Formats: sequence, structure tokens, C-alpha cells
Amino acid sequence: MLQTYEYKEFPFAPSADQQSGKTVRRPVVVLGGGPVGLTAALDCAIHGIPVVVINQGMTVSIGSRAVCYAKRALEVWDRLGAAQPMVDKGVVWKIGKVFRGDRQVYQFDLLPEADHKTPAFINLQQYYLEDYLIQRCQALGIEIRWQEKGISLHQRDDHVLLRLETPAGVYDLECDWLIAADGARSFTRKALGLDFLGQVFQDRFLIADVVMKANFPPERWFWFNPPFHPNQSVLLHMQADDVWRIDFQLGWDADPEEEKKPERVIPRLKAMLGENTEFELEWVSVYTFQCRRLDKFNHGRVLFVGDSAHQVSPFGARGANSGVQDTDNLIWKLKLVMDGKAPPALLDSYSEERVLAAKENIGHSTCSTDFITPKSPISRAFRDAVLDLAETCPFARRLVNSGRLSTPTTYVESSLNTPDTDPFTGQMIPGAPCADAPITTDGRHGWLLNRLGNHFVGLYFPPAEGMAADTARAFAALADAPVPVETIVVGRDLVDARGLLGQRYDGKPGTYYLIRPDQHVCARMRQFDAERVRAAVDRATCRQ
Amino acid sequence: MKLNIEPNLDRPDDVYEMLIDAYRDLSDEQVQKMSARLILLLVNHIGDPEALAEALCIARADMTA
Repeated sequence: MLQTYEYKEFPFAPSADQQSGKTVRRPVVVLGGGPVGLTAALDCAIHGIPVVVINQGMTVSIGSRAVCYAKRALEVWDRLGAAQPMVDKGVVWKIGKVFRGDRQVYQFDLLPEADHKTPAFINLQQYYLEDYLIQRCQALGIEIRWQEKGISLHQRDDHVLLRLETPAGVYDLECDWLIAADGARSFTRKALGLDFLGQVFQDRFLIADVVMKANFPPERWFWFNPPFHPNQSVLLHMQADDVWRIDFQLGWDADPEEEKKPERVIPRLKAMLGENTEFELEWVSVYTFQCRRLDKFNHGRVLFVGDSAHQVSPFGARGANSGVQDTDNLIWKLKLVMDGKAPPALLDSYSEERVLAAKENIGHSTCSTDFITPKSPISRAFRDAVLDLAETCPFARRLVNSGRLSTPTTYVESSLNTPDTDPFTGQMIPGAPCADAPITTDGRHGWLLNRLGNHFVGLYFPPAEGMAADTARAFAALADAPVPVETIVVGRDLVDARGLLGQRYDGKPGTYYLIRPDQHVCARMRQFDAERVRAAVDRATCRQ
Repeated sequence: MKLNIEPNLDRPDDVYEMLIDAYRDLSDEQVQKMSARLILLLVNHIGDPEALAEALCIARADMTA
């Protein structure tokens, strides 16, 4: 098969820990070097936490695997200084079309609001994504131990003991905290004997990555019952380097080994693309999927992130994207707990908030799957009725579900939020991920989100009469507090030249937002009140 | 109760007849197709999930599964 990407091999090199012959204690070990594990490691490094990544493989993802990366994940990677090469290399898209037979029945536009730094979605092969994350890890001096894997794990009161197998034999490693990013078949989860319950979907899908010069636009195309693949569905996505992802629904009875063979795959592609389209296969895989999750994501000193904690169907791009939001939520909390500035209960809020997000993602994913893979004759009858009606009745088009695409979770009910006491309009409610907005600083164009994150920030829209002297003193005190709050004063530290910041945050003069290190709103008020801000910080860090 | 279960049709017998007529001579498969479309059209017309939930509950009352 053709290769548009050259896989680098990362050699095994025995670590100093292994060579020492002693059991070394590390602050944080990340088990798993996929997109979520690498992101966790980057976030640790940004927060000044020494971190080691244990990676079973010797190179990046084999095959394109996760392809669609959503705005919020890109914003997190931008906070970690890793997003630019992804956006440069990836295919930006926002239109999705749904066909039935050869007729279009529905079209959606992710309608990204203009004037945000990151696009709504990019498509990028997972190997590129991991490559860029590894480069960023290397730039930050993060140690990645290749070709090492966990073979046993013991949880102690104040640490985790890991036994790792390497090409040079076995060694033991202790860590204060273990971040389990070891995927859907998580070794850690099994070692702790945790249930991973949910729903198995009885269907199989064939992924073919095809290299071709094609005239399809950079859009997501989804077919129900197309003439070239009757009674099943097909999904098409453009990736970088003229690689196209084509996903064929096969049904439960398909033989995965047979279906992977080029002599089976090529005729399916020719039926779709026409006899005369020249293409080469780059990667083929057959998969099934499940929607399931752990009951809670923190277990003592073991913290589960990504697929090891929750699994969804691929329709909706809610796997890697939600995993990145897990680490976004987790690492700042872990840092405060490690520094003794917040109680371990703060890590319960990680589980609380991200279990809720996982429920939301599994809910969407299950709905999509019920539509794509109806589980009973009546379920199929309703699905077909929706598609029948969609051609003439606008209401039915809204019911067509070929995957509802990943959006960030708003932690509406989170115990870390300080409920509003003043009236506000707009989207920026406590728990919401901050909307981006264009700003200028010293006459240079920039973005709000690049000014937020990694620590608590107070975003202040000063009153028309200007800032009172005691307000300035209160800001200084907040900056010196054990959990410091940096204040950004609109008009002083940045300029809302186009008024979009004020508009998106309903920023009437006097308004103050308290923003968490993961760029989620946790409190807001119409008038700055130092006492309320301090209480909101305590609440957001479980210090009260 | 959001669902109206009191008489709401001026000419109930005509409406009933309309329903029976619409399904006349259809195969079982066509009946299922027709019913699914009809339910979706009416659900959207009613536009009230609470009323729907009550209707579903009454419709399923004597069934266990």
C-alpha cells in the first residue's frame, strides 16, 4: 500500500530510572502516548509538573484513525502551543451533506461564528497529529519512553507502583499520580479490576484511506443507502495529502478479516468512485464500536482520561476531542492538589464534570448510532420514514442524524460554579467554555483565548468613570493570593477594538468574569467585589 | 396533563373512517411505513414532548416487555 507519510521509528533507550537498578519515584507518569496522553503530558509541562510518558509503540498511530478535530480541542492545543501545525496541515471544513440514494436530503453548516482564532473543524490523520504533539513534547523537554508497557500495577496510599516491561527487561517505577491514557483496552482499568459498562452495537464498518486526486469538496458527505453500496451507509472525509477517508457500513455478519483484503475493498471503491478514477489504498481497517464508560474517572492516585475512561462511536468525532477536554479539565486541578493549594476533593470535581460530559457524548453517540444502525424493525421503519419525509418536509431534516458533531460541554451544574446573582444575557454562563474574540494589544492583533488559561484570570470591563483605587489594590491582592488571579482590564491590558469581546461576554461597564485555568467561566458579577471573587476562587478549588 | 384526552373532533366517525380508508389494501410492510411517517408528522405538529410522553404512556399501558 502507498504511504504518504513517513513513519519515524523512535528507538528504545533504557531510561536512567531503569539503569539505576532502584525503584525511582516520579511525580506524574502518563501511561499511553496517543493524542490524549501526549496532551496530558504537555499540560503537565506547561504547569511545571515533571512528567514521563510511557508509550508501548515505537512510532505514531499506524493508519489515520481519528481524523476530525473540533474547535475546542484545537483551542486546548493552542493553549499548549501545539495547534498551529495542525491547522496549517489539516483540512478545514464546516459543511456536511447527507444523501439518501443519490439525492441530497439534508445539509448542515457548522456555521462557525466569524472572528474566532480556531476553525470549527479540521480533518487530519492521527499520525500527523501525534507527530506534532511529540515535537511539542520534545521542545518542552518531556521524556517519552518508547517501547515500554505496563505489566502490573499496585495502588498504595500515597503512590502507584508500576512494573514496566522494556526490550532491556523489567523495571519498577513509582509515581505520586498515574494518568491512565492507555485507551479503550486500558491495561490500568483491568489492573484495577474496574467495570467498563455500556452498550455494544452490532455492526461493522470498513475504513479505507484512499490516495487520489478527487473533485469532492472539503465537506463531510454521508450516504444512506447509496446506489454504490445498497442498504448500508457510507461516509467520506477529505484529509491532508490527497488522502480520503471512506467508511463503509458492512453489517454485523461481515467477516472482518475477509473484508480487509484489497480484493474485497477495491471493488467497493470502484463502485463508488467509478472505474476510471485512479486511486491507491493507504490503510484499511474493520471496526465495531461500543458506548461505555467508567463510573468515575478518579480512583485514588489513578486518573483516567480519554478512551480508557469512556468510549463512543466515531460518528460525531467525540472520542479524541472529549479526551482532550478531559486533560484540559484535569491537569490544573492536579497541579493545585500536588502543590497543596487545594484538597484532593478537587479531583472528584474532575470526575463529576467529565462523567457528565461523557454522558452527554454517549447520549449523542447512541442517538446517532440508533439512526445509522437501527436495532429493530420498528427503529428502522422510523429511520426510513424520517429519510422519506426529509425530501419534502423541513421538520424531518432536523431528525436526520448521521452524527452530531462534537461541541464542548458546559458544566452547568458543576459544584465549582458560583451561581449568578445578577442578570446576564448571552452564552457565557458559569461552566461555559470561554468564547474567543479578536483583541488588540499594543496595536497588534491578537485573540482573547491566548490571554486566558493555565491560571485563574479575572476579565474586567471597567466602569465608565474608570477604575477605583481600592479596586486596583484588590486586584494586586488577588494576584498575590495562594491561588493567584491575574486581572485583565479591558481597555488597559487589551483593547476590544471591534466590540466583539463586550458583545460575546455581555460586558457592560463594571462587569467582572472569573475564568478557570481551563478557560471555563466559573463566576461573574456586574460589579467587582473582591470578597465574592475570593469566595468564587475558593469554591472553584474546593478550598471552602 | 398536557395531552387532551377529552373529545376534540367535531365528526369523530368521519375521521375514524378517513384513517381506515387511508390504510386500505396496504401490505403489512406498507402499513408500518405509513404509520411511522404518520406518527412523525403528527408528533412534529403537536410539538410538545410532554404531551407525547403522556400519549406514549397511555398507548403502552397494558404492555410489558
